[in-house]
Amino acid sequence: MKPLSAVVVSVGVALLGTTLTSCSSGDALVVYNAQHEQLMEELVPAFEKETGIDVELRNGSDLELAAQLVAEGKKSPADVFLTENSPAMAAVEREGLLATLPDDVTAPIPEQYRPASNAWTGFVARSTVLVYNTDEITEAELPASLLDLAKPEWKGKISFSPTGADFQAIVAGVLATEGEAATKTWLEGLKANGTVYDGNNVVLESVNAGKVPVGVIYHYYWYRDQAESGDVSDHSKLHFFGNQDPGAFVSVSGAGVLASAEHKTDAEKFVGYLTGKTGQQGLADSYALEYPLNPDVQLDPPVKPFAELDPPAVAVSDLDSDAVVDLMTEVGFL
Amino acid sequence: MPALAGAIAAACLLPVAYVLWSTASLGPAEAYDFLVRPRIGELLWNTGRLLVGGVGLSVVFGVSGAWLVERTSLPLAGWWHGALCAPLAIPAFVNGYAWVATTHAVQSYLGAVLVVSLSYYPLVYLPAVAALRRLDPSLEEVAASLGKRPREVFLRVVLPTVAPAVLGGALLVGLHLLAEYGALQLLNYPTLTTAILQQYGAAFNGPAATLLAGVLLVACLGLLALEMLARGPARRARVGSGTARPATRLRLGRVTVPVVVALAAFVALAVGLPAASLVRWLVRGASAELDLASLLPAAGTSVALAAVAGVVATAAALPVVWEAVRRRNRWSLGVERIAYVTSALPGVVVALALVTVAIGWLPWLYQTLPLLVVAYVILFLPRALVAVRAVLELVPPRLEEVALSLGLSRAGAMRRVTLPLLLPGLATATAMVALAVSTELTATLLLAPIGTTTLATEFWSEASSVAYGAAAPYALALVLLAMPATILLGRSSRGEAR
Repeated sequence: MKPLSAVVVSVGVALLGTTLTSCSSGDALVVYNAQHEQLMEELVPAFEKETGIDVELRNGSDLELAAQLVAEGKKSPADVFLTENSPAMAAVEREGLLATLPDDVTAPIPEQYRPASNAWTGFVARSTVLVYNTDEITEAELPASLLDLAKPEWKGKISFSPTGADFQAIVAGVLATEGEAATKTWLEGLKANGTVYDGNNVVLESVNAGKVPVGVIYHYYWYRDQAESGDVSDHSKLHFFGNQDPGAFVSVSGAGVLASAEHKTDAEKFVGYLTGKTGQQGLADSYALEYPLNPDVQLDPPVKPFAELDPPAVAVSDLDSDAVVDLMTEVGFL
Repeated sequence: MPALAGAIAAACLLPVAYVLWSTASLGPAEAYDFLVRPRIGELLWNTGRLLVGGVGLSVVFGVSGAWLVERTSLPLAGWWHGALCAPLAIPAFVNGYAWVATTHAVQSYLGAVLVVSLSYYPLVYLPAVAALRRLDPSLEEVAASLGKRPREVFLRVVLPTVAPAVLGGALLVGLHLLAEYGALQLLNYPTLTTAILQQYGAAFNGPAATLLAGVLLVACLGLLALEMLARGPARRARVGSGTARPATRLRLGRVTVPVVVALAAFVALAVGLPAASLVRWLVRGASAELDLASLLPAAGTSVALAAVAGVVATAAALPVVWEAVRRRNRWSLGVERIAYVTSALPGVVVALALVTVAIGWLPWLYQTLPLLVVAYVILFLPRALVAVRAVLELVPPRLEEVALSLGLSRAGAMRRVTLPLLLPGLATATAMVALAVSTELTATLLLAPIGTTTLATEFWSEASSVAYGAAAPYALALVLLAMPATILLGRSSRGEAR
């Protein structure tokens, strides 16, 4: 009996060993990437070519990777952390796990898109938009403010994806500008009025298919589909709130270097590449259609120019993901 | 050996212990506030009515299918049997994807019930077929000779004898529905399990996810208890197996054509529609170029994980079964039973437990493949237990005793006598676990080390972001992986040679 189990177990261990070694790395720069995988796979090779530094991407979602960094603490193998939205980055910063970035790395990015601490920096941004089905609703009927969607006349007409980090960043924006009580009332209105989907893609597709007239998403989902095929966007249009409305909230994707990073210089080079002109131009030219934050680089039309968005003034370090999750649990979205 | 078996049972109990411990450590007030609110009521209501509808419809599909195939003059019954088993090869989340990619109309209660029933009715159908096959027609003849009409014979003799098999199948469907994540998420139908994964995504491993896992655990145990109650104390034993003739089949006569048409329509829904949807998106996706660079490593990881988990689960099953078969005392049988019960737990509960344990006490194990393998072993150990038990029961201890008396050492007797006899069972056990692992989604989503992709996780990342075309190759690969087990199960349910 014993020898048998020993044989079986050692075969198992040997097999596991092979699978394990196949994904561990030597001296590469380890990037915990919560940004879209496809975008980083476009940018990283250019960086590797320019600098000769090898990069290993580990992909996940904002909160998942943030939680993992917190769990791993100082022993984390990560050198760089990239997020889709800033609240997850702020959570890691609160744990004191981020190193201060050198000035030349953050300098290309306007001050309002990075925290005063310089513990991380924004590198791309996405705008909140309302997507509407052009057969179901006319431009004149569209709401003036994102907050209007909580009103009874929108019952059964709106959709959104409250379980994702994207929508939660939008809620964090509302929370920062409107305060807790107003945000809670607004969320309760949304809960009463809305259809909940999982994922912005699903919201876009459902609006386009006419299942619901309008949906709250980020701008690039619609533009990307337009650029690719129009399959899930041809029956819909985007409505930008502007006027510093909470619905014009711009969410910032963050990049930071871990204090425990083994390859700190390379890590800073990588973040510097993302904020610098070459990297930002690469972002702008990619399929992503997210807004570069370096003012030297602009997205091409038809994407609405970044300068015309007129977002509300929200300090990126004021966005509190924990408070948002609590509120959304209270209201019953989670 | 008893210690080893005990340790394995203890590992299986870990998830239950974790849920109890973390609920207890929360404090009653906080737990109460979280649990007694409309959202939880909503989830319970959704989960409850899905159970009623899904289990009910699966039983209707499964039993009527089995009766038609085994007890009527249905032409080409063998072929229909194959067709009715086929949905087993389509993982429920792939079926959900196929339906949603065809029509959004299924994103409703009725749609969800229909789609999950079409995925899970074979769990009722297979045991029902096996039970109808085994049922000796002489019982029915006795009833008929006592003056019962065919309808009464069916209701009072056939149905009660088949009931335990159907009930067991219904229980399996119920447990699968409680644990289902992928299909229901795509169908946009929120249940306890989908809420746990969303909670986990929003706040990671917070107390909320744990409390929901506790509610889910209670629901699972409730279902197990319900099944035991329904089974009741009645005994259905008989002395000697007899030599059963094939049962007389009901002549369908004039209704043959309508029945065949209905059955064909059903198979079209259960197999045809998902297959057509898959092919349609495969063709469309092909224009967007097949991404072999991600498909191949994902397939490689899936296969490697499946093989390792299969081998480890079989190795873990061996001491447990050995104790239960060769010692047969209360302790050893209890250990075996524990392994069965914990496998009723949804993958998400097992995964959450392992995440917590690893972060808290074994940080070096967190985000590693061995931890994922442990989860697979806990989830799928019973499949290995069943297969290993089936062969070990057929190996008389006397053979070893003879070998010992002829001068072999214990290890030698094991290696040269017992092991060769067990080998087919061990191979089946490994294969069964490996196949289950290759299509597992929820535990894999939570426990796969960051950067590690499997077919299921890649499929999921595409399908959940509405990239239906990009998801299709992964879906196809998953179906191909599940095919061998389906064929095996389909054959053995009708007692055909393997």
